[in-house]
Amino acid sequence: MAVIYIDNKPYEVKEGQSLLNACLSLGFSVPYFCWHPELHSVGACRQCAVKQFRNESDTRGFIIMSCMTPVEDGLCISIDDPEARQFRASIIEMLMLNHPHDCPVCDEGGECHLQDMTVMTGHVRRRTRFPKRTYRNQDLGPFLNHEMNRCIQCYRCLRFYRDYAGGRDFNVFGIHQRLYFGRYEDGKLESEFSGNLVEVCPTGVFTDKTFMKHFTRKWDLQTAPSICVHCSVGCNTIVGERYGTVRRILNRFNREVNGYFLCDRGRFGYEFVNSELRIRRPLVRDARTAEAQPANKAAALKRVAQILRKTPGLIGIGSPRASLESNYALRKLVGPDRFFAGVSGAEQRLITAILDSMRKPSVLSPSLQEVERADAVLLLGEDVPNTAPRLALALRQSVRVRPMTLADQLCVPRWMDHAVRLVVHDARGPLYIATPYRTRLDSLATKTLRGAPDDIARLGFAVAHELSTDSPAVAGLSEEAQSLAHEIAQALQGASCPLVMSGTGCGSMAVVQAADAVARSLRKTGRPAMLSFIVPECNSLGLGILGGGSLEDAVERILKGDAHNLIILQSNLFRRLDRETVEEVFEKIEHVVVLDHVANRCVERADVVLPSATFAESDGTFVNNEGRGQRFFQVMVPQGDVQASWRWIRDIADALDKGELAPWTSLDDLIADMAASVQRLKEVVRIAPAADFRMTGMRIARESHRYSGRTAVTAYVSVHEPKPPQDDDSPLAFSMEGFQGHVPPAVIPRFWSPGWNSIQAVNKFQSEVGGPLAGGDPGIRLIEPMENVEKGQEGAIVPEPFRPRTDACLLVPLFHVFGSEELSMLSPAIAEAAPEPYVGLSPEDADRLGLRDGNTVAVRWDETELTLPAKIMDDLPGGLAGLPHGLPGLSGFVLPRWGKIRAK
Amino acid sequence: MCASPYYRMQLMICAGTGCMASGSLEVKAALQKELTKRNLQDDVQIIMTGCNGFCAMGPLVVAYPDGIFYNQVKPEHAPLIVEEHVLKGRIVKELLFKEPVAKDQVPLIKDIGFFGRQRLIVLRNRGLIDAENIDEYIARDGYSALGKVLEEMTPEEVIEEVKKSGLRGRGGGGFPTGLKWEECRKYNNFPKYTICNGDEGDPGAFMDRSVMEGDPHSVLEGMAISGYAIGAHKGYIYVRAEYPLAIKRLQKAINDAREYGLLGTDILGKGFDFDIEIYPGAGAFVCGESTALMFSIEGKRGMPRIKPPRSAEAGLWNKPTNLNNVETFANIPPIILNGGDWFASIGTEGSKGTKVFALTGAVNNVGLVEVPMGTTLKELIFEIGGGIPKKRKFKAAQIGGPSGGCIPLGMEDVEIDYESLIGVGAMMGSGGVVVMDEMTCMVDTARFFTGFCVDESCGKCIPCREGLKVMYDKLTDICEGRGQEGDVEFLIELGHHINSTSHCGLGKSAANPVLSTIRYFRHEYDAHIRDKHCDALVCPNLIDFVVIEDKCKMCGLCHKNCPSNAIIWEKKTVARIDLEKCTKCRTCITNCRFHAIR
Repeated sequence: MAVIYIDNKPYEVKEGQSLLNACLSLGFSVPYFCWHPELHSVGACRQCAVKQFRNESDTRGFIIMSCMTPVEDGLCISIDDPEARQFRASIIEMLMLNHPHDCPVCDEGGECHLQDMTVMTGHVRRRTRFPKRTYRNQDLGPFLNHEMNRCIQCYRCLRFYRDYAGGRDFNVFGIHQRLYFGRYEDGKLESEFSGNLVEVCPTGVFTDKTFMKHFTRKWDLQTAPSICVHCSVGCNTIVGERYGTVRRILNRFNREVNGYFLCDRGRFGYEFVNSELRIRRPLVRDARTAEAQPANKAAALKRVAQILRKTPGLIGIGSPRASLESNYALRKLVGPDRFFAGVSGAEQRLITAILDSMRKPSVLSPSLQEVERADAVLLLGEDVPNTAPRLALALRQSVRVRPMTLADQLCVPRWMDHAVRLVVHDARGPLYIATPYRTRLDSLATKTLRGAPDDIARLGFAVAHELSTDSPAVAGLSEEAQSLAHEIAQALQGASCPLVMSGTGCGSMAVVQAADAVARSLRKTGRPAMLSFIVPECNSLGLGILGGGSLEDAVERILKGDAHNLIILQSNLFRRLDRETVEEVFEKIEHVVVLDHVANRCVERADVVLPSATFAESDGTFVNNEGRGQRFFQVMVPQGDVQASWRWIRDIADALDKGELAPWTSLDDLIADMAASVQRLKEVVRIAPAADFRMTGMRIARESHRYSGRTAVTAYVSVHEPKPPQDDDSPLAFSMEGFQGHVPPAVIPRFWSPGWNSIQAVNKFQSEVGGPLAGGDPGIRLIEPMENVEKGQEGAIVPEPFRPRTDACLLVPLFHVFGSEELSMLSPAIAEAAPEPYVGLSPEDADRLGLRDGNTVAVRWDETELTLPAKIMDDLPGGLAGLPHGLPGLSGFVLPRWGKIRAK
Repeated sequence: MCASPYYRMQLMICAGTGCMASGSLEVKAALQKELTKRNLQDDVQIIMTGCNGFCAMGPLVVAYPDGIFYNQVKPEHAPLIVEEHVLKGRIVKELLFKEPVAKDQVPLIKDIGFFGRQRLIVLRNRGLIDAENIDEYIARDGYSALGKVLEEMTPEEVIEEVKKSGLRGRGGGGFPTGLKWEECRKYNNFPKYTICNGDEGDPGAFMDRSVMEGDPHSVLEGMAISGYAIGAHKGYIYVRAEYPLAIKRLQKAINDAREYGLLGTDILGKGFDFDIEIYPGAGAFVCGESTALMFSIEGKRGMPRIKPPRSAEAGLWNKPTNLNNVETFANIPPIILNGGDWFASIGTEGSKGTKVFALTGAVNNVGLVEVPMGTTLKELIFEIGGGIPKKRKFKAAQIGGPSGGCIPLGMEDVEIDYESLIGVGAMMGSGGVVVMDEMTCMVDTARFFTGFCVDESCGKCIPCREGLKVMYDKLTDICEGRGQEGDVEFLIELGHHINSTSHCGLGKSAANPVLSTIRYFRHEYDAHIRDKHCDALVCPNLIDFVVIEDKCKMCGLCHKNCPSNAIIWEKKTVARIDLEKCTKCRTCITNCRFHAIR
């Protein structure tokens, strides 16, 4: 610790950090632009100038940039010094010379860092009289709007996009005062992190195009803390709503999880909530083929009760995209032995294996923040940039961990970004990637291996064997693979925080077991190993904890005639099972009740459809890939009869006069019940404050204190202001009345602080700038390694090497960040960015079949035949073919599997 | 002198860019033809030399062994020279140089004031050798310094010698070269690099070009010595792409040196490897800043960065790198050969040796001069430069390139060294001296230099990027008659902000032209703003275009030269300007010898 003097008052701060960081952490308002807590200092904008004095007798002092000055003991500065203040104001004055002052029509207005800083420095009057410079804007695709006239040339966008996120198609052009930040020509920004420019840009150059379509000022948004539903990472988000529609998603800082950034799927995938495919009212169908009739809530429930009473044998199918609470409620209603997870058997086995592995002792499942700190990484079989993009961004940072020591040797502080990047240069820490096809991280990799899932697993086992001979040896390994395994083992062993990452992406148990084996063997050598798995959906692990059989088990029960009625919770079976099987189920089963929020083929076939709430309309808990339980909160009261799935299930229980099964009136009741009955979920109650939590006797306001139109909006119906809706489930209120200040991190509805209207207000919510949120980062780890469960690797069997067949190809799933996920594809912007369906072929197989890029081919197995254009993927090993996961027409089968490909 | 036993006489024709532009190649062809015609080609040798320095008087021919200096030679003079000088041994009087002040003809080069008062170290070979012939360089003790270093000296001794010499960086910064080398030698991180900064971008500066074009081997030799001293085996020369001749001659020099074993592996059989590569810059002034230059070589955007780490620690490709100016390197061989003490005996206490200046502007002898440090500005302008033409008065000298400052009349006694110049608000810079007479408007001058800096700002930090543009716009306003009370105070405030808080050297000194002109010529600013009048008659909007009847001598020159027939004049009448027709082109003002138009 060091003592520094700011305006003659002593403060104790951590030594070695940047002075700006220290001042902001102490709560001083020092304006800045080019500095960003995650992108650090480059000293370009000269805005954070303060005055430094040599010693106590020095009265003149000299101006320094606080972002470029390390904190040293006895440092004596003045923020308030008139000259420094005047200088800061003059910088704003220069920026304002060309800034268009179009705040009233700018999407950033009201949450603009430039506005905040202008007010902070006190610049008010223009002293010059020249025309402003103008630019031509670019079309940057469906996500971002570009307005270069507003640019203040702070270079933050560039530093984020190129340096931090590794994008290549965005740059700065021009020189002197004619700088241009954009692409070399119009077109969609390629990086899947482009949406962060909205928050990274201190003003309105990059704004959210989807938000623009239904624009609302920040202060008119009703906001609530939420969790992203589009992959298993569980990034924290702030959902903004007005007049019953979700308007946008912003990042919600959580040091342990997403930090400052989101991926574009998470940021722009929200539009499915407003989709025309939404089910807003219950639907009742008298016969399977009949047209569905809208019904009111009571009638629908009556019909459900009627159905369920008539025939016994009810089973329930849960969903990895529904909350823990809803799944638990269904399990409670049908009984644990008649509850089935809504995933295929293959996936269910993988999730179980992953959960087992996470519980085994000594090997930690890292948070995203810990992934960023890993100094050697082995990635087995997972296309991380497409299945869990935010984790890929973390891996991008992890390769810089090792070379960072170079900067330390030169005594360059790590926050001195430009210097560090110069010193680190092209040096990268070890990152080994073994996947069936090329990933966007490959350009950072030390070495890559292309192979079939079995070959990837064999490499993993070989590494495990290199590390510890307890692990089974791999027979018949090529010399090349052997030396790669040796090299990887050396790299992992030489690291202080090695990480093994894998997942369900290959659909291969062997790969998961191999990753587990590497981590265990590494642990045996005494290294603190981390093992991270990526799972398919936002609550895959939560559902896994609740258990239950697989979809195939459910089908078996139904086909056996053991079950006559089926409740499907937020699951489209046609996506998860072969179409023929689902058709068979619908033939056999007597009645189907579906709870879902968007129309799909299951909904079209159901006897009763109950409209369930999305993440924006309900509260609940998801368990992310780390095993962290996180609560999301309702941002708006849903239209029509839409309500949370668990409430429908409770109503069904009531309608069946089985109220004792579901004795819950609020979410807290349900959570308490769940925590009591599922041992592994007993911590769930601690994730967020209960509904009776109050700040100084008040609920927490979802609306800002500037929320406008509260009384006017319904005045055409009645001049009396309606009573705000009640919220029984959370301590938040659907009102601007309530507590507006700092609240516990799990329930922060928005980041705002006096004078800080932009997202940068997060500074004020952190214990130190860039550090964890004051009060601790939200979320509770529900799955911890347990010392008393020691399961060896008895299950692990090293697979045989992959042998290509001449008559068929092994079809592996190909993932696309835009397209592979179900819900986000209902958002127009994401759908626009998704590729057309295709089949990926290796050059060898394409040659063998006489196919060229774009030829139409037929892919067939069993009864299924798909007709698709071929795409030659030069990186795909021979014998493998890829089918894009989840693209339109490409769901309803489980991969990998063998399929025959022929020209058509 | 290249007295050769085979030839009776040598004609040294300058082949610097200036003389080539004024036609020295045609002169050579004509002389060659004439000599062949008279069958003298075996008696008289024609040598194309590097820049002679006296560029304004080109094309230049110096006839040895006598050292007769002919200027402004045209191809049609060839028969005359051959007939008179070569055959009859008579000096061709009409081609001799005339001292502008004394008006007498000076036949011998050593007697010409412009040359006589110079002391040549960097330009030791100027006009004496063929730049493209390595043998001629070697004949003038070339590469013997490198030989001495490799033969007799350890790297530490080399550094010690350079430190002893007191040589300071000639690029403008003035950092002691020996210390720089010592710092770079310290780091045990290989490979190391040594870079020659030939990105000479100042308006009106051509010192480095002249050295690179006229004596490329001296740069190569200096670089090789520095490579030996710091432990580098690779050198880069960063040259502006606007200097194609320099690039061509350097490349030829590198190839020749490699062939002679003076570059490449195992130089002179002493086990030292060193090679040099040329990197042509793309024309950005800011790439002359060391860190931006290194980024440019790496193929990145040329933008300065903040140190640490210093280049000596982590420079090019993140390796220890030494960067010196062309002139600095050219100083190295003489220092090694003659010893540091010899060098230190020249110059002033803080600034040793000589400095090359590019003397331009309103001065009679425009050209390249090398003078010992401590020479006064007065000597430079009036003795070497031959004073101001057209009997006009000296007003100011702008030293140090676009970001230097103006030294006004009354301060011309200042001694030229690093510290004294800073003391009067200018700086050494790379050595451009622009002389201004009374017909120069200081506001306009400040605007010109600011405009240059606006264009060359890299675009990184706000004070330089935005502030300079504001400054430029303000100055334009003032020059065009839209100036307002308070503008000068605004410029001063802005200038201090730009200078005190910019990121790199470019921005830190970019406001100097404005600040120094305000400091010495505040009255001109005030006249522009309050009286809306430009006393120097430069800013067209601030000139009345009225003939002062008392001063008009009725000569009619204005009438004859006016391109738009706006001047009404008859013999023995005072001219009158028809403002309806006047396009404010200022032709009348420049032609009037009596300052009769205001």
